[in-house]
Amino acid sequence: MYEHLETAENRDNLKRVVVDPVSRVEGHGKVTLLLDADNKVQQARLHIVEFRGFERFIQGRPYWELPVLVQRLCGICPVSHHLAAAKAIDQLVGVDPENLPASADKLRRLLHFGQVLQSHALHFFHLSSPDLLFGFESDIAKRNIIAVLGEYPDIGLQGVKLRKYGQEVIRMISGKRIHGTGAVAGGMNKSLTKAERDYLLEDIDQMITWAAGSVALIKKVHCSNLPYYDDFATLRTNYLGLTKPDGALELYHGGIRAKNDKGEMIMDQVDYCQYNDYIHEEVRSWTYMKFPYLLSLGQEKGWYRVGPLARVNNCDYINTPLAEAARVEFKAHSGEAMVHSTLAFHWTRMVEALHCAESIKGLLNDPDIMGHDLVAQGEKRYEGVGVIEAPRGTLFHHYQVDENDIVTKVNLIVSTTSNNMAMNESVRQVAAEYLSGRELTEPLLNNLEVAIRAYDPCLSCATHAVGKMPLQLELIDAEGKLIDKLVKHSDGQIERDGDF
Amino acid sequence: MSKTITIDGRTIPFEEGQTIMEAATAAGIYIPHLCHHPEYTPHGSCKLCTVKVNGRVCSACTFPAMEGQDVLNDTKELRDDRRKITQMLFVEGNHLCPGCEKSGNCRLQAVAYYLNMLDNHFPHFYAKREIDASHPDVMIDHNRCIFCTLCVRASQQKDGKDVFAISGRGINKHLIVNAQSGLLKDTNLEVADEAAHICPTGAILIKRTGFQVPIGQRIYDHQEIDQVSLETEHPRHDE
Ligand code: FES
Repeated sequence: MYEHLETAENRDNLKRVVVDPVSRVEGHGKVTLLLDADNKVQQARLHIVEFRGFERFIQGRPYWELPVLVQRLCGICPVSHHLAAAKAIDQLVGVDPENLPASADKLRRLLHFGQVLQSHALHFFHLSSPDLLFGFESDIAKRNIIAVLGEYPDIGLQGVKLRKYGQEVIRMISGKRIHGTGAVAGGMNKSLTKAERDYLLEDIDQMITWAAGSVALIKKVHCSNLPYYDDFATLRTNYLGLTKPDGALELYHGGIRAKNDKGEMIMDQVDYCQYNDYIHEEVRSWTYMKFPYLLSLGQEKGWYRVGPLARVNNCDYINTPLAEAARVEFKAHSGEAMVHSTLAFHWTRMVEALHCAESIKGLLNDPDIMGHDLVAQGEKRYEGVGVIEAPRGTLFHHYQVDENDIVTKVNLIVSTTSNNMAMNESVRQVAAEYLSGRELTEPLLNNLEVAIRAYDPCLSCATHAVGKMPLQLELIDAEGKLIDKLVKHSDGQIERDGDF
Repeated sequence: MSKTITIDGRTIPFEEGQTIMEAATAAGIYIPHLCHHPEYTPHGSCKLCTVKVNGRVCSACTFPAMEGQDVLNDTKELRDDRRKITQMLFVEGNHLCPGCEKSGNCRLQAVAYYLNMLDNHFPHFYAKREIDASHPDVMIDHNRCIFCTLCVRASQQKDGKDVFAISGRGINKHLIVNAQSGLLKDTNLEVADEAAHICPTGAILIKRTGFQVPIGQRIYDHQEIDQVSLETEHPRHDE
């Protein structure tokens, strides 16, 4: 495909375009393009300023702090880190998933559905809907949630409320909308009272309706411009994620399944505690973010995508009726065993949001979530692995502790890392297809961001004000001299900087 | 006729031998404090209880109540001083509430809230401090020690042991344990000892119990420290 663009053959006489930071993406990223004299892209890379040193920060801490400490990794999906760490420390107290008390298991699932719902709603309505509704090359002043609220008030408001509802689920279970507590080693620290349950039940039917509406909306947007949507930054890749033993979509706990681009099984129901035997991570000198790949296929062919598209592609069915119907429709639109359109992430994200809303209703009607048997206890172990399907994809937490309960070793593979290779490939593809030979304009560069944003990357897994990131484009010639600079301010205003 | 003092203009009775802190608590007046505990000999080290007695700055937890004292407690000046003292306590150690299991049950945090402390104000020391997790059931996180000596006093006065002490001066001050190895596991501390439970911050912790109390059921989730303190810290003469 476009691998040749990872490193330019002859970097002399190339000018450099820097997109920094990638706006409306959680965290920090930078795209650099090296162009030749004819504005042909010779090199395209997505650089990540990832959280470094976080592993060091938790080493030396007692293991029971982990679910709370790791929430600080991410301002958008703290609950995913919380639960992945909790699953790992369950094992440290000798509790395997099947031995978790039913109430604790269901409360965690409910918490997780709330998290995925709010994260997907945030991404779709706040971050992506401006592109999707106004078009990818639309006026930059329009590409924000405020403009969406102005022109599509109902859709915008539904997005805000869907997100709020997910946050309320989180708040009821963990005590706070963000950075609460909840999961402890072997279980949960509280269940829901009837009043809390009833409060959440009040609005759930409305949420299901709105989530279904957002699936219909994205389907319409996607299908109304099918050639573009199916081609833009599209990659034929492998896909990886958890599924239930019977192949159903699973977000909280399951075995690892990987399929290739034709939909053939590479592995299925692999115990995630053995992930090290199947997945390796490659380091490259020009980015902090690693490149994971399936060992059996090797570095070159073994990279894969995770997240909503991977999960919906991989699963055999979804166990809630509306989301299942939406999945069937989604699959049918392409006529292929696997859907490879990168922009289809948006569609599948909404299928999952619908599944979350339906599942929340199911769990709210299950009396176990008000139960009092909340914590199990077993024999101490020295190693624990917790894996969960976070909103952005499979998330691995792996810890070792010493005899004093202190964490000695940490390995985390965050979802965005798994999509690293794919994001880079998409950047190269868009750069080659849409930018080469044309003068640089902001909408063109936004196409690059659209490709990255489809993955909903959480680049530093750190909190950043949504949509407030300034964007800076720099044109640098072969001698390193700045020849042009475009600055996008946080209010969307674009300014040509300096006397060029 | 009992003897009286005034605190912020309010006349309250006291008994001979009571400190200003004890007289105030008995009268339902909260004076912020951290190293004071009604059951133990006053230590007067944290200075949070600083009041003005007839115009002179004193520690209410150690200063005896005397007939005719005019005590100022809840004034802007004193609140500002106390906030600064609390800020200094925060920057001296590594008090990272969001990740701390004592959050919501921590007296240092609660006092900071009570004093409306919104930032650290002073630059962080980022002191390099260790953890001692050698004991099977109790852990010391030196990052959070404020040298109030409550563990020292509880061990001596309640447990009849001598597990803890403060060593060093000034910035080198640190908590030590009574064992040649310097490790908690080699002391005679037991998990049921009062000294293992009395820490006002998250410096001495019972292992494997963190975060078991949900948000909403922690000590300071619904009440501020002044209320909690007046309800739970009964003055000596009542016993
Ligand atoms: S309470 Fe009086 S000095 Fe600490």
